[in-house]
Amino acid sequence: MRADAFRAEAPVAPLLSVRGLTKRYGGRVGCEDVGFDLYPGEVMGIVGESGSGKSTLLNCLAGHLRPDAGEVLFDLGEEGLCDTLALSEPERRRLARTDWAFVHQNPRDGLRMTVSAGGNVGERLMAVGARNYGAIRASALDWLGRVEIAADRIDDRPAAFSGGMQQRLQIARNLVTGPRLVFMDEPTGGLDVSVQARLLDLLRGLVRDMGLSAVIVTHDLAVVRLLAHRLMVMKGGRVVETGLTDQVLDDPQHGYTQLLVSSVLQV
Amino acid sequence: MTEAESRVEAPGADYNFAYLDEQTKRMIRRALLKALAVPGYQVPFASREMPMPYGWGTGGVQVSAAVLVPGDRLKVIDQGADDTTNAVSIRKFFQKTAGIAVTGHTGEATVIQTRHRIPEAPLTEGQILVYQVPIPEPLRFLEPRETETRRMHALEEYGLMHVKLYEDIARHGEIATAYAYPVQIEGRYVMDPSPIPKFDNPKLRMAAIQLFGAGREQRIYALPPYTEVVSLDFEDHPFVPGKAEGACALCGSETSYLDEVIVDDRGGRMFVCSDTDYCAGRRAAGHVGAEGAAAGEGRA
Repeated sequence: MRADAFRAEAPVAPLLSVRGLTKRYGGRVGCEDVGFDLYPGEVMGIVGESGSGKSTLLNCLAGHLRPDAGEVLFDLGEEGLCDTLALSEPERRRLARTDWAFVHQNPRDGLRMTVSAGGNVGERLMAVGARNYGAIRASALDWLGRVEIAADRIDDRPAAFSGGMQQRLQIARNLVTGPRLVFMDEPTGGLDVSVQARLLDLLRGLVRDMGLSAVIVTHDLAVVRLLAHRLMVMKGGRVVETGLTDQVLDDPQHGYTQLLVSSVLQV
Repeated sequence: MTEAESRVEAPGADYNFAYLDEQTKRMIRRALLKALAVPGYQVPFASREMPMPYGWGTGGVQVSAAVLVPGDRLKVIDQGADDTTNAVSIRKFFQKTAGIAVTGHTGEATVIQTRHRIPEAPLTEGQILVYQVPIPEPLRFLEPRETETRRMHALEEYGLMHVKLYEDIARHGEIATAYAYPVQIEGRYVMDPSPIPKFDNPKLRMAAIQLFGAGREQRIYALPPYTEVVSLDFEDHPFVPGKAEGACALCGSETSYLDEVIVDDRGGRMFVCSDTDYCAGRRAAGHVGAEGAAAGEGRA
């Protein structure tokens, strides 16, 4: 694994460090005592069945939900690792607009459906102070090109796009400010397999070219096999197994992981 | 305005001064003071039922009622005109309930209630301009949730406002927003200047106090004198205060905001000042437009 080799030669500080993260919904457990480190350039997959707490975990990491206990430390650059839960709301929201990105499963949650594709991509730029129309538009065109959306669709609304295009537009909209950390919640969910394959190809290229770190939540083992360096398997809100992706998938140790891996349909 | 109309009638004995009870006026004045202290911030207030429908200026009327004192001279304009239904009825309302003097002249008024225009003549210190506001939230059509727009104001997250302007340029080649053009106050709050034409935006920095009342939406906001008001724009698409090309047909003014009036059913039209008092003043001073002699005093 590239990330691990990198770590071996120089002790790099992790980009994201999670300690003892717990979220309860009343008496029920969302996720409990989750901890991991994510290093720059590393992609971490979180797999598990529905209700295993993976989306809760992701939302806690991204600041959408407030965990009941634990720390989410993020490398803010000069200040080093800071607990994002202790940041003030403006700081946390600024972080979410600049260094972080969140790709929703349903593009309707992450896009403004009544605003043109160009406006969708430009929103984050304008939110951080871009005030030159020509530059914003050029940037939007560049990003539409990178996610393989034709330039003449820039003034169309996302409602006129196919599901795959909407998802690619959502990715462009999120990556335009050059974030360092991307949270993805089932990015390929609901897409047919050929569209999934192209999206995965695209994501893999972007992650590699931009040196992105990512946390990907999915129940699709093929997706993590392609994208993730490391894997975390969750069940009932707890992490039951972690390790390198190939290692976990090829030699599952925990009973649940074995079940998960053997449940994949073979074509 | 006729002599009879400007005559002060005796206040109706059944009404408290200016219709509202003293506690209500006190509550509104508190909101006004807060609004003046935080320019551009929308202060919630307990808007009352008024004897007119929402959308007819219930917010403006309540603000006017709260600031009027017996010595005041009130002017009411609707789209710049003193003689439209809305303006006439609000003026009569305050004549009846407050017994105050009324006027059509911008310079003589101490309180001016307006809908959709700022008078052409510059206002002076000591005057109060009260706006009727239909929708006080500039972000409303971009973000429907009130909880979210309040948070956006609190955190100064105004990127979305520029998304709207971006959409305008992408679709129309220019910023097509012609009225209710969003402004930023003293580098802080983004504010809806009420549906005044963007032609009036540069006048928002003025000597008079500006109070904005939205009755249905229960919000009050304000601009103290000489507050810095910046119309939002892009570096390469700067704000342009637009107006119809041409001069007023009656008074010949080339600098005032013009209304287009269709004069027949063969496509004939003329442009006249939207501010009737300004136009009448210019004609009285001897200025005559292209059709001024013919139309004369006919427009009233």
